[in-house]
Amino acid sequence: MKEYAPGYRGTLTKYVFIDSPEMTPSDLAIRAYEISQGVMIKETCFGLMITGKVEDVDRIVVSLRELDPTHIFIKDRGFPPGDPRRCRANLGGARPGFFGHEFEISLIRNISAGLNRLSRREAGKVPCPPSPDTRTKLDASRLKQIIESKEL
Amino acid sequence: MAKVFIYPTTSLILSDLVARFGHTPLSAAMEIRERVQTPGLESPPLQISPEEPKIGLHWAAVEVPSGVRGRMALYGPMIEQAEAAIIVNDADFSFGCMGCARTNELILFLVRKRGIPVLDLNYPRTEEEGEEFVAAIKQFLDGLGGGK
Repeated sequence: MKEYAPGYRGTLTKYVFIDSPEMTPSDLAIRAYEISQGVMIKETCFGLMITGKVEDVDRIVVSLRELDPTHIFIKDRGFPPGDPRRCRANLGGARPGFFGHEFEISLIRNISAGLNRLSRREAGKVPCPPSPDTRTKLDASRLKQIIESKEL
Repeated sequence: MAKVFIYPTTSLILSDLVARFGHTPLSAAMEIRERVQTPGLESPPLQISPEEPKIGLHWAAVEVPSGVRGRMALYGPMIEQAEAAIIVNDADFSFGCMGCARTNELILFLVRKRGIPVLDLNYPRTEEEGEEFVAAIKQFLDGLGGGK
């Protein structure tokens, strides 16, 4: 067994996703570099990855979110950027986790719309979100009809 | 500020909304980070050691495949420290290269068994559903207290 010495010990990495009609990932990266103060920032096609000490990363993501609060989305990342176990350059094909992000980014405009409308929403209006309870299930009598219609 | 378990545990939308409304999302990234950022003996590729399936015995029986038990070593402690949970039910991507269907079933069972407040949702497919989705999460998180 070999010794394991992680490259970015004691750091935190966060993803910053942007899906905005007014800002691009490179605009966001320029703003992030302005306030980075030694924190590692990697620009990607969807936004940024920010790696550094917890308080520095938190300070930067709070500032970046203020630029376009309803179109910037942030989440934690387990691996630092460029880690050979996750980086697409080493693996070939999509990075593990890409499909999850791809799926959620396809729905993120609905979340942005929801965040925009939240401030204008009537106080006390009961939310009626899409939920598994609202899905209609097959009625037992209808199932019986189907079975009987298929019997010879 | 409450610790909120999110399912799918890798969800960008849930992780962002929980943090945005002032609470702490319990996501897979935190547990993975703890392993890949801690020095020790090399256990490639994800620093999941042979000890992990043994830890997983706390939540899954010995007959259960070691893959499920190894995953439960990550998710089990998160479920135990959660004070609430938000579950999105139609997340098909959480099965396949992203995870294991049996582990997902066990996670959902354990979350419901704990008796903590749970918000069950589906992904919003329209902007109107998006508004209701965000409003429901905000109302749920406000009810926990301590948020923004």
